[in-house]
Amino acid sequence: MAIKLSFKEYDTALREGRLLGLKCGCRDFLCPPRAVCPRCGSSDLEVVQLSGKGKIASFTTLFVAAEGRDKELPYAMALVALEEGPYLIGRIENDCADKLDMGVIGKAVTTGHGVFGGDKYSAGEAAYPLFKIID
Amino acid sequence: MRRVAVIGAGQTKFSGAQEKCLSELFAESAFDALTDAHLQPRDIQALFVGNALGDFSEGQGMTPAFIADYIGAWNVPANRYDGACASASIAIRDAFLLVASGVYDIVIAGGVERAASLGTPLATRTFAMFSDSRYEFPAGMTFPGVFALLAHRYAARYGLPIEKLKEQMAQVSVQSYKHGMFNPKAHLRKSVTIPDVLKSFTVATPIQLHDCCPFSDGAAALVIVSEDKARMLSQKPVYIAGAGQASSGPMASQGEYLPRLKARELASKQAYAMAGVTPADIDVCELHDCFSIASIIAAEGLGFFEYGKAGDAWLRGEADIGGKVAINPSGGLKSKGHPIGATGAAQVYEIVRQLRGEVEPERQVPDARIGLTDTLGGDGGTMVSLVFKRGW
Repeated sequence: MAIKLSFKEYDTALREGRLLGLKCGCRDFLCPPRAVCPRCGSSDLEVVQLSGKGKIASFTTLFVAAEGRDKELPYAMALVALEEGPYLIGRIENDCADKLDMGVIGKAVTTGHGVFGGDKYSAGEAAYPLFKIID
Repeated sequence: MRRVAVIGAGQTKFSGAQEKCLSELFAESAFDALTDAHLQPRDIQALFVGNALGDFSEGQGMTPAFIADYIGAWNVPANRYDGACASASIAIRDAFLLVASGVYDIVIAGGVERAASLGTPLATRTFAMFSDSRYEFPAGMTFPGVFALLAHRYAARYGLPIEKLKEQMAQVSVQSYKHGMFNPKAHLRKSVTIPDVLKSFTVATPIQLHDCCPFSDGAAALVIVSEDKARMLSQKPVYIAGAGQASSGPMASQGEYLPRLKARELASKQAYAMAGVTPADIDVCELHDCFSIASIIAAEGLGFFEYGKAGDAWLRGEADIGGKVAINPSGGLKSKGHPIGATGAAQVYEIVRQLRGEVEPERQVPDARIGLTDTLGGDGGTMVSLVFKRGW
C-alpha cells in the first residue's frame, strides 16, 4: 500500500490547470485524493486527469469569513458533482456572488483554480477549485 | 458488560466571553455534579474532558491533567477528547465503555470551552479547522458555509421551495428560544418570532443570524458509575442504555449522500439497538442544532420524521413538548449556547434532569422516561448517540 497522489502533487497540478484524481480498478473515481477507494477499499489506484466538468449540487454566498479573510467577502462556494462521479467543494467565479439564487443549482461548470495565500495555521498556501458557470 | 449510570450532573451558566479560566469553569460544573452524586473529588478514578479549542482560547493544551489536579482528583488518568463539537460526547461514551467493562467504578466525564472568549473572527477560523484543511478550507469554507450548503442541497433534493424551508428553519429557532427563556443557564434568553429570524443579518445564504447558535463559554460534567455504586449512592440513577459513535470523511466525500449524514444514522442505529428501543420510544431528545437546518436534518437521521418532512413537523408542533417527540427543551445550542467542548455533556445534563423531572415546569416534558442525545462534530465527521433510561 502506498500513497498514489499527494496533496502537493494535486496542488501543483491544479495550479497548472489540471484537476487530478484517482481511478480505482472497481471503476470508481476519487477526487480530492485519498489513500484508498471509498467504495472497495483498494489502494491500487491510478492517477488520472479529470475533465473538471460537473454540475452544481449546492451553493452558498458567504458574508462572514474566517479571521484574516474579510477582504474576500462576499464570496460564493459550491458543492459540485463532477461528471466522473466524485464531489468537489470550491469557489464559484462570480463578480456578483450576492446575486446568486437557487437557479444556479444544476448549472454546468468547468474547474479552474484560485490560491489561498495561507495564514499562520495553514502550513502555507493551497490552491482551490474555482468553478466557472457555463450556460 | 456491566450496567452504567449517571448519578450526578452539573452545568455552568452558558454565556458570552467571561473571565473564568478553563479549570475554574470545569470545576464549577464538576463540583455541582459531585454534590449531586454525594461524592468527593478523591473518589474519582478517571477524568475524561472534551475540550477542542483550549489551545486558542487560553493558550492551554493538556487541559484535563491540570483540571484533575485543580479539583483534587490527584494523579488520576486525565484524558482530553477532541471531536470538535462532539468532544464531550465521545468522552462520555468512553467513560461508559470503561465503567461497563470494569476498568473503573467512578469517572467524571464532561467538557469545557471558551468559544466566546475567542471572538468571532478567531472562532470562525478555528471552527473552520473541523473542515478539511487542505481540500476545503482554502476555498473559504466556514462552519455556517457547511450548513448553508446542506440547506440548499436539502431544498433541491426534496423539492422544497427555499422560502418554505426558510420558514421551517425559522420555526426551529423560535421553538428553541421559547424553551431557552425558561432555562436559567441558557446563554441567549429572548423571545424571537419568525419575522425576527427572517429579517436578521445573512451569514451564509440561506442561513441568517437567528438560524445560528452563538459561540459560548461554559462547562458541563457528569458522574458516571457502575450499577453497584449507583444502587448505593443514588435514589434516581439514570442508566446509559445505549451508546453509538461513527465517523465520516470531509464534506465533499459524503457527496451523493448529503444532506443526510451517514455517521449519525450509523451511530443512532447502534445506540437504539444496544438500548432495545426504537425512535418511537424516545420521549425527549437533545439534538445538535448548531444551525436550524441541522435540527431538521438530525430529526430525520435519528428516525423521528420522514426525509424531507421534519421542517413541517416543527411548524405543526410535532417536535415540541406534547408532540411526537420533545426536541431540545433546554433551548438547544441555539438558545442555551454552544461551548463546543462542553455541548454533549450539557445535552446529557438536560436529559438526566428531564428524566428525573427536575427542570423548570414551563419546559419539563411530562413523565419523560427515555431520552436521547445526538451530538455532531465537524461536518458530520464525528457523531455520537446516547440513549438514557430511568433507573427507578
